[in-house]
Amino acid sequence: MANDVLRATIRDLFRFSLSFRFGSIILVIVGILLLLSFFSPFESDDRRVVPRNKPPSQEFILGTTGNGQDGFWLLTFAIRNTLMVSGLAVLIGRSIAVMVGMITGYLGGKTDRVISSIVDSIIVIPRLPLLILIAAIMQGEMTVLSLALLLGILDWAHPSKRYRAMILSLREREFTHTAIFSGMNAVKVVVQEHLPFLIPLLLADAVAGFLWAIGMEVTLSVLGLSDLTTPSIGTLIFWGNYHHALLRRRVWILAAPIAASVLMVVGFYLVSLSLSEYLDPRTRLSRLTVGEQIDGGKAG
Amino acid sequence: MNLLRTYILPRILQWALVIFVGISATFLIPRLSPINPVDEMIGRMTAFASIDPHAVVSMRESATALFGLEGTLLEQYGRFWARLFTGDLGVSFGNFPRPVSDIIAAGLPWTIGLLSVAILISWVSGVFLGALAGYFHDRRWAQVLERFVVVVYPIPYLIIAFVLIFVFAWWLKWFPLVGGSRGQPGLTWDYISTLLYFGFLPALSLVIGSTAFRFIMAKSLTTTEIASDYVQYAELAAVPKRKIILFYVARNTMLPQVTDLALSLGALFEGALITEVLFAYPGLGFVLYNAIYNADYNIIMGITLLSIAGIATASLLIDLLYPIFDPRVRLR
Repeated sequence: MANDVLRATIRDLFRFSLSFRFGSIILVIVGILLLLSFFSPFESDDRRVVPRNKPPSQEFILGTTGNGQDGFWLLTFAIRNTLMVSGLAVLIGRSIAVMVGMITGYLGGKTDRVISSIVDSIIVIPRLPLLILIAAIMQGEMTVLSLALLLGILDWAHPSKRYRAMILSLREREFTHTAIFSGMNAVKVVVQEHLPFLIPLLLADAVAGFLWAIGMEVTLSVLGLSDLTTPSIGTLIFWGNYHHALLRRRVWILAAPIAASVLMVVGFYLVSLSLSEYLDPRTRLSRLTVGEQIDGGKAG
Repeated sequence: MNLLRTYILPRILQWALVIFVGISATFLIPRLSPINPVDEMIGRMTAFASIDPHAVVSMRESATALFGLEGTLLEQYGRFWARLFTGDLGVSFGNFPRPVSDIIAAGLPWTIGLLSVAILISWVSGVFLGALAGYFHDRRWAQVLERFVVVVYPIPYLIIAFVLIFVFAWWLKWFPLVGGSRGQPGLTWDYISTLLYFGFLPALSLVIGSTAFRFIMAKSLTTTEIASDYVQYAELAAVPKRKIILFYVARNTMLPQVTDLALSLGALFEGALITEVLFAYPGLGFVLYNAIYNADYNIIMGITLLSIAGIATASLLIDLLYPIFDPRVRLR
């Protein structure tokens, strides 16, 4: 049953939303590149396995690097690692956000006011300088995992406000009162009754989290503050800069990770755009009438 | 009087809270990390030379004092605030013994200049282009513009700046690769023209990203606005379209955009930092980059603290000016 609903939703999105069509196609391409990394003929840290600094050719689609690595296979590793870092960061950040949103939204009153004003302050604080400070202190010890943790810890304030608003409105609904009167405790009400309503919002929001995390991964790496031995979109750009790829006219070394990062963020954004449009009750209404007209036309 | 109690006072309290939370976080987070900056520094210094153990001990003591790591956490916290109130951010390790506040003050005007120009241009053009595209949403050009914006918006500032450097500075060679100005500083046309010449690409990279953001918001605000009765009435009354868009629709969409500007200042500031790094523009971003390279924690710390206080204060000022634009807040 749930599967059918999901399939119908995806079909609807594909039919009515141009941005979903393009976005999902881009994400599928990115996904294929990610999967290809598992079939790479080289390890991600293999050096001097191919001729160095060769421009793109039939043998090396994206050229080779100064370390004698194949640009294409290196890129697949980079995409995998960047998506892993940002995926983990999104998971951590959204978990914190859901918890904070649930607590403030459900309890309300004084607790809500205190926590909400702290959250409002955290939103205003610029995160990049803070990130740089922490990363600079951890320099050398930064791993893929700790970067993901760091990004996750810093990205929950904004989404938690949206979840709070959602829970606030759910709390006033009749089924909440029914649940409370029938003796359900608060944790159960929130987790079993309210959480399912949050999931669509969470999906659209997770994509926005990906955008931020990818941007920060790239930024910190270009500043030389992440684990530079692990290939990621950011570290590929860092090493390209480090070896003066532009001045030496080896454009392909920088162009590949930059193009990949653009593909990734645009793909994610287009999908999130179509999802939030889909979740917007106003557009849903107009879509319903359009759907009825189409069905009516068929019947007639 | 009512305005003061219901609007201004809570907002100032909020500002104080932001600064308190932000500065406490900046104090606490480095101390929670398992790495001790003193050990790091001594490790770097003794890596290439053997030093007398007694010297290492006294070095450790002075470094601990320098980082403000003496005593219990609470004592450190108290001293941290005391030093901040006197404007003392410590000395730079990279440029010993130049005070951090000096180095930051040298970079600050560049960043503020770049940022304010970029914010002004992107806010105005985003609001008006968004209003136009929202009003004429069924025109071909509006749809093309929107698709372009939707693709540009999610791209990080860093990538936009990279592409600009690649195309306009490296390939076409229209603009310089690095730097902020040339020649003797002064109010001469020669100097100001180099300022514009060097600042153009960094500002453009910021303007592109933030205009896209404003545009998307302005367009969706406009879409709701043009469905309202007064717009339909104006159209029926044959009020010129130019007037409807500029004086009715755009004006009404500006209010939420002012509030949102206060919220997005942080993101814009982050964009400016990155842009300055890539263009080697002599503002705070470039200072920060050099500090990272030299492991100059005091400077990184100083810039973090300053940016938190600066962004919080700037957004407070915008919010305090808000009643001037919005009579509803004024008369509440």
